[in-house]
Amino acid sequence: MAVKEEGDTSQQGKKSRSRLILRLGALLVAHSGLVSVVCCAAGIIAFILLPVLANNTYISENALMPGSADPAFSSQEVLDANRLTMDILNRGAAKASGIEIAKLLREYIVAVGAESYYHKFVPRANKFHPLHFFSSTTDNLDLPANPSCGSFILNAVGIIRAPRGDGKETIVLVTPYNSQNTTYSDAVSLGIGFSIFSLLSHVTWLAKDIVWLAADSRYGEYTTVDSWLKDYHGPAFPGETSRIVDDACFEENNSDSLDHIKVEGHNSYVYKRAGTMAAALVLKVVDKKEEERDSLSIYAEASNGQMPNLDLINIAHYLAVHRQGLRVKIGSIIYFLKASWVKLLGEMLQHITTLAKRLNPKWKFDITSADYVEGTATLASSIYYQALGVPTGSHGAFRNYQVDAVTLEFSPRSSLNNENVRSAFLLKTGRLIEGVIRSVNNLLEKFHQSFFLYFLTAPHKYVSVGIYMIPFGILIAPLPIVAAALFSSNNGSSNKDGSWKWLQAAKVVFLIHLWAMITSLLPYVLLQLPLGTPSSFASAWAAVAICFLLITYLILWSSSIDCGWELLKSVMIVAAAIGLSLMSVINFSTAQIGAMLIVPMCLLVKPARKQTQGVFAKALMLTSNLALLVVAFPPAALLIAKTLFGASGNIDIGDFWEWAQILWSWNSATYMYLLWIHLPCWVLCLNIFLYPCIGSSSKA
Amino acid sequence: MAALCRRFTGFHFLLVLVSLSISSLVFGDWIGDDEGEQFTEELLLKPLPDRKVLAHFHFQSTAHPSPDSGHHHHLFPKAIAQLVQKFQIRDLELSFTQGRWNYENWGGSDPISSTNAKPPGVELWATFNVPVVEIDTTWKNLTHALSGLFCSSINFLESSTSYTTPSFVFGLNVSNIRYGALPREAVCTENLTPWLKLLPCRDKAGLATLLDRPSIYKGYYHSQKLRLTSTKLSGIILEQTLTIVLQPNIQRNSAHSLLDGAIQPSWSISSMFKRNLTGSCVLARTSRILVELEKNIVSKLEELGHGGSWSNSLLDLSPNPFRVIKEVNPFPEESNSILFEYVNSKEYEPLDVGIKWKLPFVWSSPHAPFHASRFLMGSGTERGSIAISLQSTKSDEYFRSKSNECRMQAVVFQVVPWYVKVYYHTLQIFIDQKLQNLSDVIEKIRVTPSEDKKLPGTLELVLGYPCTVQSVALTLDFDKGFLHIHEYPPDANQGFDIPSALVTFPNLHSSRIYIGDDSSVHSPLLLKFQEKNVVLSYTEVLLVPFTTPDFSMPYNVITFTCTVLALYFGSLLNVLRRRIGEEERLMRSKDATKRGLIPLIVSKITSKLRGMPRSKPLLIFAVVLSVLFHYIVN
Repeated sequence: MAVKEEGDTSQQGKKSRSRLILRLGALLVAHSGLVSVVCCAAGIIAFILLPVLANNTYISENALMPGSADPAFSSQEVLDANRLTMDILNRGAAKASGIEIAKLLREYIVAVGAESYYHKFVPRANKFHPLHFFSSTTDNLDLPANPSCGSFILNAVGIIRAPRGDGKETIVLVTPYNSQNTTYSDAVSLGIGFSIFSLLSHVTWLAKDIVWLAADSRYGEYTTVDSWLKDYHGPAFPGETSRIVDDACFEENNSDSLDHIKVEGHNSYVYKRAGTMAAALVLKVVDKKEEERDSLSIYAEASNGQMPNLDLINIAHYLAVHRQGLRVKIGSIIYFLKASWVKLLGEMLQHITTLAKRLNPKWKFDITSADYVEGTATLASSIYYQALGVPTGSHGAFRNYQVDAVTLEFSPRSSLNNENVRSAFLLKTGRLIEGVIRSVNNLLEKFHQSFFLYFLTAPHKYVSVGIYMIPFGILIAPLPIVAAALFSSNNGSSNKDGSWKWLQAAKVVFLIHLWAMITSLLPYVLLQLPLGTPSSFASAWAAVAICFLLITYLILWSSSIDCGWELLKSVMIVAAAIGLSLMSVINFSTAQIGAMLIVPMCLLVKPARKQTQGVFAKALMLTSNLALLVVAFPPAALLIAKTLFGASGNIDIGDFWEWAQILWSWNSATYMYLLWIHLPCWVLCLNIFLYPCIGSSSKA
Repeated sequence: MAALCRRFTGFHFLLVLVSLSISSLVFGDWIGDDEGEQFTEELLLKPLPDRKVLAHFHFQSTAHPSPDSGHHHHLFPKAIAQLVQKFQIRDLELSFTQGRWNYENWGGSDPISSTNAKPPGVELWATFNVPVVEIDTTWKNLTHALSGLFCSSINFLESSTSYTTPSFVFGLNVSNIRYGALPREAVCTENLTPWLKLLPCRDKAGLATLLDRPSIYKGYYHSQKLRLTSTKLSGIILEQTLTIVLQPNIQRNSAHSLLDGAIQPSWSISSMFKRNLTGSCVLARTSRILVELEKNIVSKLEELGHGGSWSNSLLDLSPNPFRVIKEVNPFPEESNSILFEYVNSKEYEPLDVGIKWKLPFVWSSPHAPFHASRFLMGSGTERGSIAISLQSTKSDEYFRSKSNECRMQAVVFQVVPWYVKVYYHTLQIFIDQKLQNLSDVIEKIRVTPSEDKKLPGTLELVLGYPCTVQSVALTLDFDKGFLHIHEYPPDANQGFDIPSALVTFPNLHSSRIYIGDDSSVHSPLLLKFQEKNVVLSYTEVLLVPFTTPDFSMPYNVITFTCTVLALYFGSLLNVLRRRIGEEERLMRSKDATKRGLIPLIVSKITSKLRGMPRSKPLLIFAVVLSVLFHYIVN
């Protein structure tokens, strides 16, 4: 048979023998346009559907056993809390010195029979250093030459050693307060912190040590907590802190207030530690009025979108809702709560899901419109804070040391000045915190059972990494396909020396990326210059960057024209795909938001002068290209977001500088993404858009 | 193992009963004989500054070397005698500890703390009388024997990764010593029961009746110790001590009760142990209770004008003691601690020793000159550092006695498991926060580097520095090793333990001298106090977080391997069933050029890409695919 039909079936025989996967690949590449439209649409739709796909949270680690024991936090502890609150307010009113409260707290800590010491430090501003991304900066040695007396911060720290424990692990409680301007809620939160501490000092079930840090947040609570943690994990040898601080400094200013410290002796400044940290809780009380119930807000986002283990949030939520009857809130973006298009979408989804349920009752995609709107708003805030890469509170400092931490912010139903309201409120919050600590205390291993990569769409609903990766994967899937298609089409058209032409395109792409990298490092140089305002910094930055870009283009002009826009686009798309994939590992949210902007732009961009058949098609292409180019430019995107989410006020160019400053001072990977991946991609797209369509490159 | 032990317990109990009755009947007159076996029981009670009470039980059994008696003993536990005989033990110390000794509040330089403050978990060291080559085998067998005897996992010390040979830390410069510690071993009643079984009266009579399990395990520190010394001259001496720190019941009115200078809680034996003490163990040669008042209390008493009285305006000791024993120390101007002795002999009337405090009073325990602590530095799962710091406690007694030129010696003994890879060359020593030249500070050093899966790393170091130094700190960098999945212990996600380091101060001794001739007192406990014990302190156990694999990983690996195998066999079959001759003929008939397999496939594909013959799109596609694949896999 083979011999007979040899001649006419040779083509078919070849085809049938090639592998299926290769044939499929070829098919995809051949229909790249359709594939990219379908994938983009599917990716964005799947992303919008995430609130529908969210699962209910559950406590994954069995050892936690939240709420299995009756809380021992009683009215006795409430009295303790009240007494400390009153003491703080009285003393705070009498003297406004920074160390008065720390001294008082230490007295209280010693009174319950716990160890205690003062932690002293000088706050330093976080400077931009290009080489310090992803590394915890430990520049302990560059102390200011002559620190002034007022710049020291004094924290009181108490340690309970677990009676029968081996002291290997510890649970940290942090209560931030402002020593200069102590508010009533600050005093109440210190009261709660102390009452829990005094309760834990005589319980029998303690297996891990307890450390209570009353953090003076005069210069920001993150700074204080971070500095304490740095000393905890660093070589802060006994006596070092006391050496740094000249005692004379304190004697001059507050000779009488330090008498007590002097009496207690030298040891009160010796830094003490207590084992490896298992978890940390930051407690805060905010005196804002709630509608119907006392409420608890949970903040969990740490730097670069890192989250604590979901179990920690779960136990706090479980105890708050099912034991103490608090309302649990997590951050949500108000714009989405009010936007009518979200509501419309929610109603549509509600209809679809009810229809789907009628078809098959086993399907569990059941969502009401209100749920969807709230889920979207919460998810948006979750994504936003993770993408920003800036921690939402001092719990972020713990994540740098692989410690799971959350901030629990309590707000009462009505004013705390009312005695009864305050007692009930203290009882609830105290029991909740006791329960959380007891659960963590039960834990034999560190948190590892539950998720670390997730978004929250409600306090009890989460979207895990397995689900949210799918829309992202679908979204960036067309990039390699389109790159391959462009490449092959270009190679087909020019046969002479086209095989190495892509190297020229790669050179262009590489140099633009290099330019972007230099731009990202420019602030380090600019900061050395005596430029006054943020706006002058920003304009200088922009000017220098544009100058460099122009120089790059002078060098590249010939080769960028030579290689043709299709090859340039194909290499650019490959670079963008690699960059997005890498970024999705580092900080998924940034990659997701970036992909929604970059992917359509990369796929759609075409030279403006390119001939197209219809006038309408050309106009559509032009406008969409222009719109995407404007939206994907980072400063423009920031402006649009600002106006959209209702931030009023005039927009200043200095805002961009300040914004960038926030990003790099928190070591946010978003800064690197924006300048290393997003910006060069945008520049290249602009380049393609303005491409002078001459020579062999344009192909109808 | 517990079940096994319980069965043995029952059997043993019978034996003990039988032997008890026999011994009390037949050898009743023989017990007091100095030549034979002896048993003494003593209890030391001591109020501690942080409102707690220390109770130290001391039981001592001796068996004189008597070749005639052979394998038979009257009082001495046969199990121990056999152990000594079988393994040729010269010295052995085994301690089970729960909780941490608080060196700041409970004292750091008195005899109790220097001999009975132990690291959490199990610690065992022993010296043998056997040739050097047999020591390791003897040690392994000994760990198994002890493991069975005390119902615990001492047999984990059998592996060569868990024990070490210190050379000069224990003061004995011998090569036949072995040391091992299990910091994670939990200590409970199942370890206490076999320990009690070694006593001739068990806990049926005498001081051991006080050992009410709920009360003693509710304490803040619990350390049961077994110390064996065996010499040709004196025979076998078995000391069993139980050191517990208890909190007397106090009415907790408010957290502020201490701030207001509240009175120390009053306590008595019956209130602390929830048992009454009636009579002694009839087999015991002596049975006495001692109450110690520390010198800081005594100095206060002297200030108030009641020197050694037990009933005064500050406190009330009841009942009246049998004897008062005073300490003598080299500085006559200072006050000394006082011991009040009670003899436990009355059978019908319970001896309820107790202290009633009348005035609020705060004092402090004698500290060791330096407080040792240890901590981990750094974060992440790759590397870190261990830091040991010695902080001066400014205990003036020591400094007053010495001139300015005095030099302090500190011996640091640190055993590190092999998976914590310590780089000993990174040793840095800071004295008063200044980095020191190592050769200036180190007087003697011995390092045994760890060997993967074979040997733990051991560091022994003698530091010499002036007494006036405020703080000394040592740092050592380490890398965290990778382990095989089967090498992870249970609960691997908790992290790994580094056993306590031991810091000793060889030129400081915690010996005490008491007035009164020894013949009248004849208390093994007081003799113990008079020994020259080196002041030492154990540091905290450290928990090093490690990278742990996903323990479901084997499943993934299996599925992955199976996929690869399936693919492999699929293509192998494909190749085998292919008719190569046929294909070759086909190729020859076409004008197929001599190209390799890959270019052939590549050209086939690219020709299909809209008839374009080059291979670049495939390359790009493959690169992007592989990146995507890698990303998805991770």
